[in-house]
Amino acid sequence: MLIKRPSDVRSSEITDKKLYLNRRDFIRASAVALAAGGAGLLGAEALVQAKGAPHGRKLTGIKKGVIAAPGEKINSWEDITSYNNYYEFGQDKDDPARTSGKFKTEPWTVTVEGECNKKGVMNLEDVLKGETLEERVYRHRCVEAWSMVIPWVGFPLANFIKKCDPTSKAKFVEFTTIADGRQMPGLSSPILDWPYREGLRMDEALHPLTILVVGLYDEVLPPQDGAPLRLAVPWKYGFKHIKSIVKVKFVEKQPINTWQEQNSAWYGFYSNVNPTVNPVRWTQATERRIGEFFMRKTLMFNGYGDQVASMYSGMDLRKNY
Amino acid sequence: MEWTSARITRTVKPFVFLAALAPVGWLVWAALTGNLSANPLSDITNETGVWTLRFVCVTLTLTPLRRLTGWNALIRFRRMAGLFAFFYGTLHLLTYVVVDRFAGLDFPDGIVAWATVRNLAASVVEDIGKRPFITIGFSAWLTMVPLALTSTAGMIRRLGGRRWNLLHRLVYATAVLGVVHYWWLVKADISRPLWYGVVVGILLAMRIYWARTRSASKVAGIRQPAGSPSV
Repeated sequence: MLIKRPSDVRSSEITDKKLYLNRRDFIRASAVALAAGGAGLLGAEALVQAKGAPHGRKLTGIKKGVIAAPGEKINSWEDITSYNNYYEFGQDKDDPARTSGKFKTEPWTVTVEGECNKKGVMNLEDVLKGETLEERVYRHRCVEAWSMVIPWVGFPLANFIKKCDPTSKAKFVEFTTIADGRQMPGLSSPILDWPYREGLRMDEALHPLTILVVGLYDEVLPPQDGAPLRLAVPWKYGFKHIKSIVKVKFVEKQPINTWQEQNSAWYGFYSNVNPTVNPVRWTQATERRIGEFFMRKTLMFNGYGDQVASMYSGMDLRKNY
Repeated sequence: MEWTSARITRTVKPFVFLAALAPVGWLVWAALTGNLSANPLSDITNETGVWTLRFVCVTLTLTPLRRLTGWNALIRFRRMAGLFAFFYGTLHLLTYVVVDRFAGLDFPDGIVAWATVRNLAASVVEDIGKRPFITIGFSAWLTMVPLALTSTAGMIRRLGGRRWNLLHRLVYATAVLGVVHYWWLVKADISRPLWYGVVVGILLAMRIYWARTRSASKVAGIRQPAGSPSV
């Protein structure tokens, strides 16, 4: 190999300073272009961050502070409407916010079936008729070990159940989410057995903490959070809080919920928040509150034990998870 | 001056190096400007993990690609790709240690205390032992450590080509463990880990096929030309 000695370099070969500076600019520009190209490689898995839902219609006549969460910092509208698990709209957390923009929630009907005297199809207006909307700030604990504090607006599910007039055979309530392939791109992935179904035992469904939600932060619920009608059961993992409900069925036998059907070793029927039972591959003992760095200890029944624990007395919660 | 393979490599390499840094650059930028999701710690964990697997795949692609295209210059990028896999894997491991373990500790004597170090170590060790997908993920990272340590020209010389080649076949284990780690952590849709599994499967199958045809030709008495390390 020939090594050039310094004397071999003629002055004409020394790069002009102006060109040298241009070369630097060129490298800088190339670096930027390459970085952009590299970022482009992120492709389908790119975190194209969805912004929160735009602010929509205000709800009026809300009874404020019916249930508060003292000492808890409420998560922002942006957090609650941009970080969602709603697989019908896609599996990434930002998918629902990006793909549910044109979801039609009007007109909306709820079909009432099974062991009850008032079977039929109800318009959403009839579901809401006579109800006083209440603000309830609930802790929301996802089975994925993150949590939020959410100012829901809704009314007790018990009120709706009374309207349906269930018979003595009604031991459980089964709920079904809409499955409209034209509006919900996630339905094309057969990862769950659509439509999404969830269930509650009658005493759980009638519990005063269990609510049907129609709003958030005094506004109409955005689609990515389950508009126009969803469930909130704050002592249970988030996946029990079924969204965009189109059917309510009263049944005698314990129904099978979608996640239980998908993986019964991980997900049970009850799915009460329980830091001591870990059927999933990650731990349920701690959780990260969205917006915080340090994790918190997860509370039994998500901190609602005083109100709900008596419903499960005598039950082995290690088996009935 | 002639555009020799070596010169092209020298010119292109810095750009490839910068491009390989783009994902971490982008993550830092997005984190600082609030362009990650409402759960940025989870995003950083996921992204560093996925990029580790991508770089492992790229590393494993270079040898077959070189063989198929005859473009020998590709081999000059293999060490860099492998070291970037180790780089992203290490970032992923550190993210887990800080975000998943450190952030979940109790701090009875405050954060700056010996108890913190002890508890963190205990928490990491316990978790690696307890959660199978963490065990597998940590094993995948461990298999890369000797490869990174012996990646220098000096180490290749000291080990000798044959032994070095043998050792660096560990990267096959890295790839398989990486895919299993990804597979075991998803909740429902296995399509993404499945795709990485398919890619790794094809890359390993090609090697098995070539190894067989080589040993068959050896039996037939055909001499293979001496080549560079063939991992």
